[in-house]
Amino acid sequence: MINKFRTSFLAAPYAVWVLICTILPLLYILGYALTNDAGSFTISNLTAIAEPVHLKSLWLSIKVAFVTTIICLIIAYPVALILHNLKITNKGFIVFLFILPMWMNFMLRILAWQIILSNNGILNSILSAIGLPTIHILYTKAAVTLGMVYDFLPYMILPIYNALSKINDQIVEAAADLGANWLTTFTKITIPLSKDGIISGIIMVFVPALSSFVVSNLLGGGKVLLIGNVIEQEFTLARNWNLGSGLSIILMIFVLVSMSIMNKVDDSENGGMLV
Amino acid sequence: MTKIKKGTSYFYLGLVFLFLYAPILVLIVLSFNDSMSRTVWGGFTFKWYLNLTSNDNIMNALGTTIRITLASSILATVLGTSAAIGIHYMKKRHAAIMLGATNIPLLNADIVTGISLMLLFTRFTPLGEFSVVLAHIAFSVPYVIFNVLPRLQSLSEACFEAAMDLGATPTYAFFKVVWPEIFPGVLSGFLMALTMSLDDFTITYFTKGAGVNTLSTMLYTQLRKGIQPELYALSTILFLLAFVLLLVINFKGKGRDNRKEAVAK
Repeated sequence: MINKFRTSFLAAPYAVWVLICTILPLLYILGYALTNDAGSFTISNLTAIAEPVHLKSLWLSIKVAFVTTIICLIIAYPVALILHNLKITNKGFIVFLFILPMWMNFMLRILAWQIILSNNGILNSILSAIGLPTIHILYTKAAVTLGMVYDFLPYMILPIYNALSKINDQIVEAAADLGANWLTTFTKITIPLSKDGIISGIIMVFVPALSSFVVSNLLGGGKVLLIGNVIEQEFTLARNWNLGSGLSIILMIFVLVSMSIMNKVDDSENGGMLV
Repeated sequence: MTKIKKGTSYFYLGLVFLFLYAPILVLIVLSFNDSMSRTVWGGFTFKWYLNLTSNDNIMNALGTTIRITLASSILATVLGTSAAIGIHYMKKRHAAIMLGATNIPLLNADIVTGISLMLLFTRFTPLGEFSVVLAHIAFSVPYVIFNVLPRLQSLSEACFEAAMDLGATPTYAFFKVVWPEIFPGVLSGFLMALTMSLDDFTITYFTKGAGVNTLSTMLYTQLRKGIQPELYALSTILFLLAFVLLLVINFKGKGRDNRKEAVAK
């Protein structure tokens, strides 16, 4: 017999770890958020989000994250579907080719986008070579969104692909046998059954996009201020750890709220399907 | 699928491939560019590859990256595997609390995790390589736990008990019965921890302190001041290494599914 009581103590080091490296840091950030630099209690670091400059960057973050998620979904779903329907033996290899770019340092790939998008860069060289007008996209919101779509796309493709792989092909065939056309089968069978993948894809793209500051720094050239950039600046340049912590707590709440909304959508649909 | 639809499918896949690989192509081309400029082609050269090993800056950052990545992913795997086994045998209520806490680093934005750990570390330890390793363990342990737990849950307890009945010691029974079953989960957890740690910027940035640089943080500073072309050479080498590794894993077959699970999680 396994001595369950004694075996469960294998988690003891981890329990200590959780207290020190998960719970305690959160208490620290909360502590900084709720005090001023003299150490007395205040909620002004939290209410600071209502200042126009902070509100503007939060709103911009939400917009950019939202657009990024939608674009990723639009690009990724067909990719996942095509990959799933590929009738070749070494499908795993093709799927790998979509993952491989993630193994190249993220910073270098963003640098490459700087080079591609710059005013006398590759994109514009190609555009003028084929006689089209050049575009000035670097250091704009469009460039930041493009960088994020690029960075997060695999996180949308993989969960949807996995969800599609779990669908029983017989259900799709049965729908066809019963006279459903391609579109009906797709909207009534394929999409609902891949909903889990879509939702985890949305979460995996939206949350990091909401809090990112690196892409906006490098492709936005300091002109696109997301809430992540504001927080980073409070910690590194302004050295106002209290305000930085306060805004981090607000960001955390936003992430948690958006995730629980997504999970709710997920739950209700599952419940509906079981009935 | 009809012929035309097949054609458009391949065309679409090709476009997305182009999108994903365009920046990598640019870096590879630049690694052979004799000109210091990013946009002017100055002829073909191997000099950045030859200069690479004598560039102390880059070699130091590479060494730091490898040390931090290996140390944190190995420690996270040990801690996480033992935690997963412990949690599996806990009372339901206690297990639920532990899993809730394990979810926190996954749900939190990187920037918040990084900052909160920095606030803690600055109190107790000087920031440096050690604090970065701790921080990397913090964000990678959950991936190990969530890769090992499902394996434990699908494990049949009867086998373990049968081994004990036949006279095996618990340790012997563990390594002969449990370990082979959970090993794929441990491996994919380890590989995920490795991948995440290798590519992390945000959490390293906040917990590293002055003077310590991983490849990511070094690049971040260089991207503003102008990048050393040797880095293009290094990135090309790393990319080719990853590609070869992928081919080996893919055609060996066995490890394939684990890797896929690891990256897809």
